[in-house]
Amino acid sequence: MTIQEVSTASQKAGADDADRLVKDTGAPVPVKKRSGGPWPVHFWRSAVGKKWVMAVTGIMLLGFVLVHMIGNLKIYLGPGEINDYGEWLRRILVPALPRTVFLWILRGGLIAAFFFHIAAAYQLTRMNHAARPVKYQGGRNYVAADFASRTMRWTGIIIGLFLIYHLADFTWGTLNPDFVRGDPYGNMVHSFDKWYIAAIYIVANLALGLHIFHGAWAMFNSLGLNNPAYNRARRYFAIGFAALITIGNVSIPIAVLTGAVS
Amino acid sequence: MHVNLRVWRQAGPKAEGHFEDYAVDEVSPDMSFLELFDVLNEQLLADGVEPVAFDHDCREGICGSCSMMINGQAHGPERGTATCQLHMRKFEDGAHITVEPWRARSFPIVKDLAVDRGALDRIVEAGGYITVRTGSAPEANLTPIPKEVADWAMDAAACIGCGACVAACPNGAAQLFTAAKVSHLNLLPQGQSERYERVANMVDTMEEYFGSCTLHRECEAACPKEISIDFIAMMNRDYVKAQFKNRRLIAQK
Ligand code: SF4
Ligand code: FES
Repeated sequence: MTIQEVSTASQKAGADDADRLVKDTGAPVPVKKRSGGPWPVHFWRSAVGKKWVMAVTGIMLLGFVLVHMIGNLKIYLGPGEINDYGEWLRRILVPALPRTVFLWILRGGLIAAFFFHIAAAYQLTRMNHAARPVKYQGGRNYVAADFASRTMRWTGIIIGLFLIYHLADFTWGTLNPDFVRGDPYGNMVHSFDKWYIAAIYIVANLALGLHIFHGAWAMFNSLGLNNPAYNRARRYFAIGFAALITIGNVSIPIAVLTGAVS
Repeated sequence: MHVNLRVWRQAGPKAEGHFEDYAVDEVSPDMSFLELFDVLNEQLLADGVEPVAFDHDCREGICGSCSMMINGQAHGPERGTATCQLHMRKFEDGAHITVEPWRARSFPIVKDLAVDRGALDRIVEAGGYITVRTGSAPEANLTPIPKEVADWAMDAAACIGCGACVAACPNGAAQLFTAAKVSHLNLLPQGQSERYERVANMVDTMEEYFGSCTLHRECEAACPKEISIDFIAMMNRDYVKAQFKNRRLIAQK
C-alpha cells in the first residue's frame, strides 16, 4: 500500500469512529446531583460550602488544640498547678452555672466541630474519588502538592484514632490501669513512663503537626480570605502554628521519658 | 535527537486502552511536542499503523486544544506553556517519554489522547457571560476601571480552557478553570449585575461534574497561563456571599 492509500483508509476509519463517538460519549453526564434546597442545605451540599465548614470547624479545633497545649505545659510547673487548672476548667462560670456545665458546653461545641469536620472530609473524599475513577496509568509527577497536602486523609485518620485512645487513656481511664480521676499530673507521668505509650503520643502529634501545616494555610483559601499583601504570611502562620503545637505537645512525653518530669 | 515514546492507544471511548512503545529518530530540538507527534504519525502511516489521535489547533498556546499528560505532568515539564509550546530541547537525547490523555470522570476519552472536554462548556453556559446587547464597541473611557483591577481581570481572562487544571488536580477538580471564568467577569463593573447568580450557578454546575479543591496547588503549576489560585479564593468568597446576599441590594456598595 502507498502512504496515500493508508492515509485515505485511516481517514475513512477515523471519520466512522468520530460518528460512533458522538453517540458513545455524547454530552458528559453529571457525576453528582446538583446542589439545591434552602440555603443551609444548599450550602452544605455544595463542595465549596463543605470546605468553608471545614475551615470554620478547623479554626475552632486549632483554638482548642492551642488552649489544650498551653494547659498541658502546666505540667512543668508541678502537680499542684496542673491539677488546679484541671479543676478550674470544671468550675468556669461557677456559681453562675453549676460545676462542669460550662465545660460541657465547650465540649458540645468541640464534638460538633469534629463531627462536621470529619463528615465533610469523608463526603469530599468520596466526591474526589468519583471525579477520577481511572487513575493515571503512567504515574504522576507532582510539582506543587507537598507531603502534608497529600497525606491529609491519613494524618486525619491517625488523629481521629488517637483521639479515641487519648480519651480512653486520660478522660475515661478505660485503657489506663493507673488512672486516677482529677490527677492529670500523675496520669500523664504514669502513661508516658511506658515508652510505647509515649511513642503513640509522639507519632500522633507529628501527624497533627503535618495536618495543621497544610490546614492552617489552606483554610484561608477555603474561606476566600486571600490577599497578596499577606499571602506569604499565611505560610509562616501555618508553619509557626504547626511547630508550636508539635514541639509543645511532644516535649511532654519526652520530658517524662528522660526523667525531667517525674 | 532520538526519543522513546510510550503512548496511550485507545480505539474508542468504550475500548480497553494500553501503552504502545514507539521510537522516533531524527527529532529536531526545535520541534514542538506536537510536531514530534506529527513526525510519529507520518512514521506510523508509512508503517501502515493507525496514527495517534490527539487534539490540537492553534499551536501557539491560545486555543486550549492541545492536551497531553507528559511524564505525569499536564502539558509537560515546562512551566507556563501548553503542549504546543513545549520544545523538544527540554528533553534529553534518548529520553523516555510517557504520554497519556487527561484523566477525569467528566473528560471521557474519545480516542487515544483526545478527550471530550464538553463539561467545561457546561460550566461556562451556566454563567460565564454577561447579558448585554452586543453591537459596536462602547466608548472605552465610559467605565473607568482601576489599572490593578483591569490587569487582574485580564489575568483571569487568559484562561484558554485547556483543562490542564483538572488533569493535574489529584482530586479531578475544575476550580481553577471555573474560578478564572467567574472572576474575569466578577471583577469588572460589567459583571456586577449577575455577579452572585453567576458564581452560584457556575459552582453548582462545576460540582455536578468535577471533584473538590483541597489546595494541592497542582493546577496553578500546570496551568499554561499560570493562573493564580487566589482566583479560587475569590470564587469561594463570592459563592459564600451568594448564599446570604440580598440580591435586591446588589447595586448598593
Ligand atoms: S485555568 Fe489554566 S489549566 Fe485550567 S483550563 Fe484555564 S488555562 Fe487551562
Ligand atoms: S494547540 Fe492551541 S493551545 Fe496548544
